[in-house]
Amino acid sequence: MKIVVCIKQVPDTSDIKWTENNTIQREGLESVMNPYDVYALEAALKLKKSYDNIEITTLSMGPLQAGDMLKKTLALGVDNAILLSDRKFAAADTYATGKTIGTAIKQKLPDFDLIICGQFAIDGDTAQTGPSIANTLNIPQVTYIQEIISSENGELKVRRELDDGTEIVKVKLPALICMLQDYFEPARARINGIIKAQNSEITTYGLDDIGLLPEEAGLRGSPTYVSKAFRPEPKNTECVFVNSAEELAEKIQICKGGKND
Amino acid sequence: MTKEILIYAEVTRDNYIHTVFFELANKAQELAEKLDEAEVNALLISPKGLAADYREAFKNSGISKIYVCEDDRLKTYSTEYFTKAAVEIAKEVQPEILLLGATNQGRDLAPRISTALHTGLTADCTGLDINEKGQLAATRPTFGGQLMATILCKNLPQMATVRPKVFKPAEKDNIKPADIIYKTVNLDEIEKKVELLEFHKKLTTEINELDSAEIIVAGGRGMKNADGFKLLKEFADKIGAAVGASRAAVEMGLASHDMQVGQTGKTVTPKLYIACGISGAIQHTIGMDKSEKIIAINKDEKAPIFEIADFGLAGDVFEILPELLKYKALTEDASWKKLP
Ligand SMILES: Cc1cc2nc3c(=O)[nH]c(=O)nc-3n(C[C@H](O)[C@H](O)[C@H](O)COP(=O)(O)OP(=O)(O)OC[C@H]3O[C@@H](n4cnc5c(N)ncnc54)[C@H](O)[C@@H]3O)c2cc1C
Ligand SMILES: Nc1ncnc2c1ncn2[C@@H]1O[C@H](COP(=O)(O)O)[C@@H](O)[C@H]1O
Repeated sequence: MKIVVCIKQVPDTSDIKWTENNTIQREGLESVMNPYDVYALEAALKLKKSYDNIEITTLSMGPLQAGDMLKKTLALGVDNAILLSDRKFAAADTYATGKTIGTAIKQKLPDFDLIICGQFAIDGDTAQTGPSIANTLNIPQVTYIQEIISSENGELKVRRELDDGTEIVKVKLPALICMLQDYFEPARARINGIIKAQNSEITTYGLDDIGLLPEEAGLRGSPTYVSKAFRPEPKNTECVFVNSAEELAEKIQICKGGKND
Repeated sequence: MTKEILIYAEVTRDNYIHTVFFELANKAQELAEKLDEAEVNALLISPKGLAADYREAFKNSGISKIYVCEDDRLKTYSTEYFTKAAVEIAKEVQPEILLLGATNQGRDLAPRISTALHTGLTADCTGLDINEKGQLAATRPTFGGQLMATILCKNLPQMATVRPKVFKPAEKDNIKPADIIYKTVNLDEIEKKVELLEFHKKLTTEINELDSAEIIVAGGRGMKNADGFKLLKEFADKIGAAVGASRAAVEMGLASHDMQVGQTGKTVTPKLYIACGISGAIQHTIGMDKSEKIIAINKDEKAPIFEIADFGLAGDVFEILPELLKYKALTEDASWKKLP
């Protein structure tokens, strides 16, 4: 079985600093592997442990520095890594990203069986790229997956966690799935993995290599564009501190709407 | 030609129209006024015979038309069938704007529709407006709520999803009988590749509690352990509140994921939100800062949660909650009395 894991490099959103003009200070911002993509990668590695003949390719679209992140995945037991990097891919929205990644997979990995994405990326947090890739490739998708239960006879059985309950779903491969989370410890690179990774090469493709036109990718290929970005207004409340549980009980009662005096 | 704003009317597993539809329908009336008096219409995908029953339910939404695709294969949600039905109808109707709730279903469906229609989709909007050029200006938080972005779309329909509870449904009865317009979509050629084998429903007491609760008592890492959450629950029961949690509390196994409030959890807007032992990280507050009143209990008086709270008590929750439990809220209009 051939698995493609889509991984995005994202800024660490818990460590954002602001410039004087209220824009995000990009210099010195740490880049990390999107946490949900760590789960996606883990799910693939777990399948590889449980079944024979599994080949994993990690794929990322982003600047050249995302190659370092992909090298780390090779150290974890991933077989190949592909970086889609081109100036013309820059500033893509989820439509253009889905189209670029989908087209790259169609061109370069046409015999894939399973694509695993994260459910969200923490920077944009749209949860749209996975379904958009699936639509571009015209394959089924299953989102909100908590666990891959089994993989047999060209079918995957998975558990979905939804707001109203849990679903057990069967999907025919090839398919795309989006991982919400799973209960496992992040894998640690084994020593020989690290050595192998240092000597390995990341395959990099640009726009021409995957046969897209400039107007189909990046900002030009994106139906949406940002017209304005701003920092949210801080809420204009002055917190009134009380000094005892008794006073707090009174405030709770007022806020409940029971008593208004 | 009259412009149309189309709103997806999600049917829940229990055959209700999801509340987010009514919230979007109400917001869309406002957009319609700025969009040459556009018509606000619904898109319903359901099994045979249900549309007529739903007509009553739609009365309050102020919509003009319900476009319906009815087929018994549409009994339970399936990405494949629902995408096909929605895409075909959208191609025919050619709405200016297409809105969906950012529910599990909406988030699964919307990006398939937008990709198939080669148009843009803005996820989880917290603000929708029509700009001076007549475009949908969709505002959403990014970077975990630390940056807001207003996004425009070059193609039609301009699509957006909005989480439940971000907008309010119409207050008074906006009664308008809607016309039902049946649309046939050929589903035969779709080979269904996804099959639902089992569904385990959450207990009804658990679901939607947070969504509909007037008061929420939420616990964070500061509640420390299971005993802490027991205390929290006891307090919540006493004042008739639902229990919510921060992600830290969920990760510690003190609460389940569906109790989580915030960026990767629920957005809630109760009358009163009482945060106990929660620091107030932006990823948490983005899901609760639109509550009418916020009360925070935290031993660190500098905790950011106090920046958005109306009332605060700087102290140890393990001392304050037992103390609060001594006050008994009687009926709605009674004041708090300390128990003997
Ligand atoms: C991509 C992403 C998505 C996220 N999504 C969410 C989300 O949806 N929801 C969410 O909540 N978080 C989310 N987070 C996590 C978020 O950043 C914070 O880490 C989390 O909200 C912290 O939870 P907390 O306030 O309970 O814990 P802490 O930040 O550890 O705060 C605990 C607080 O309890 C107080 N305390 C301790 N003991 C006591 C005591 N005895 N009495 C009174 N006070 C006490 C402390 O002073 C402290 O302020 C997300 C993070 C990321 C990166
Ligand atoms: N630039 C990218 N490169 C590789 N994978 C991506 C990229 N953008 C998004 N993805 C995948 O799509 C998922 C959802 O991302 P998003 O739609 O941005 O929330 C991520 O978890 C990744 O698996």
